[in-house]
Amino acid sequence: MSEFFHMGGYAFYVWGSVGVTAVVMIAVAVSAILKHRRELCRISRRLRRERKSV
Amino acid sequence: MSVWQAFVELLKRDLRLAVRRRAEIANPLLFFVMVIVLFPLGVGAEPNLLERMSAGVVWVAALLAALLTLDSIFRSDFEDGTLEQLLLSAQPLSIMVLAKVVAHWLVTGLPLLLVAPLLAMLLGMKSAAMGTLMLSLLLGTPVLSLIGAIGVALTVGLRRAGVILSLLVLPLYVPVLIFGAAAVDAAASGLPVAGQLYILAAFLAMALSLAPVAAASALRISLS
Amino acid sequence: MNSFMKWFHKWGSPPWFYRVSGKMLPWLTGLFVITLVYGLYAGLVLAPADYQQGDSFRIIYVHVPAAWMGMFIYMVMAAAALVHLVWRMKMADVVLISSAPIGAAFAFIALVTGSLWGKPMWGTWWTWDARLTSELLLLFIYLGIIALHSAVEDRQSAGRATAVLTLVGVVNIPIIHYSVVWWNTLHQGTTVARLDGPAMAPEMLWPLLSMAFAFKLYYVIVMMLSARGEVLARETKSRWVRELVGGK
Repeated sequence: MSEFFHMGGYAFYVWGSVGVTAVVMIAVAVSAILKHRRELCRISRRLRRERKSV
Repeated sequence: MSVWQAFVELLKRDLRLAVRRRAEIANPLLFFVMVIVLFPLGVGAEPNLLERMSAGVVWVAALLAALLTLDSIFRSDFEDGTLEQLLLSAQPLSIMVLAKVVAHWLVTGLPLLLVAPLLAMLLGMKSAAMGTLMLSLLLGTPVLSLIGAIGVALTVGLRRAGVILSLLVLPLYVPVLIFGAAAVDAAASGLPVAGQLYILAAFLAMALSLAPVAAASALRISLS
Repeated sequence: MNSFMKWFHKWGSPPWFYRVSGKMLPWLTGLFVITLVYGLYAGLVLAPADYQQGDSFRIIYVHVPAAWMGMFIYMVMAAAALVHLVWRMKMADVVLISSAPIGAAFAFIALVTGSLWGKPMWGTWWTWDARLTSELLLLFIYLGIIALHSAVEDRQSAGRATAVLTLVGVVNIPIIHYSVVWWNTLHQGTTVARLDGPAMAPEMLWPLLSMAFAFKLYYVIVMMLSARGEVLARETKSRWVRELVGGK
């Protein structure tokens, strides 16, 4: 198991690469999800305002 | 008015305007000279090093000087509304754009071309390479103007156009830089240069046929 | 052909896209997780260490798929640009602008992982290897597209200007790539820098293909997520959006 983490001495490079990849991919995905959610909130807030003012 | 007549008239007009604004011709030249002078100051005056770098330095300086002047292709016409008139005229826009780019090159690229051998000498470039230097710049600087015109057309209405323009245009300039500098390097080593020069000529042919069309559609979008 | 064109044009309708993408997302995500887990496990654990590079070659399992995605996404963007300019499909513009950040992210990942791979191999953090240099220029092209889109105020003009820029780029990318490859052979240093990795035995190849497929699924998923947000923002006042959000 520790050999797996050690990666033959290249641990920093291999896990660094996997780490950077994971962080960037997660960040991009999260930003897309947040954008979608933000739009939904904005629209529902506007709809509620319109219904109240009717 | 036939298309050819319109082309010539626009070209003459732009040249006349440029001659009246002498600073516009002097500025890029001065910049070109300064960049080349800065290199020995930065890396040291060791003759072998400078001579080996000379092809690349002259080409990079030419590229940066071209970038500096691109704004002038459309800026003043955009500001006084002439550009919109050009769009509305019956003449094919890509030909009109070509006229403006030719004027731009005559005013900025050609002087660079004439001054380059002098500056290359400052860097110790071998005289065997001078001819190739001028030929590569003759083929390459119009390509820089043509590709640059696309970038300017895309950014002409924008506020901080200069920053984005460099970002857009520099990757597209890289092939011209690679083959231009490589041609001069090869000439300095006594190696054949025909291949690199033919590729530069191919770039010129491609740019001449495609860039005005792309720039014209970009102009229509920017001014819509 | 006719039914294909009809199906193709359906995607051009924002409400249809929104509905269908919503249904597809769970399945795509499931498939993504499966291919990702297999690819990572088979690549990082099962595949034997390389004879020359040892375990560091395993970086290939993120570096190469990321580099492939950088190119693939740009091709998709170029196709979207063409569709936008020729068929005037609004959704094509949405696809383009949703894809650009993902493509830029993959180009960035390819550069960083390439650098991390290069350090143990050649001792330097950066090498002007043809592929890395091309990837760097590709990243600049992506950033230029994103910058142009955000700089133009009118959304319609922004979409069309970005489409033109994308098409100019797609013509230039092969030229840039081959110029850089040629340049690299001229200036070959003492080492022959190739980020290809070892010759591919099947146990090494299958995880790579799985990772590549997983990354493609990731792109479709995230692009759809981003596009859904974009579509809602553009069609805010339309009836189908009101019914979707409020009429439940």
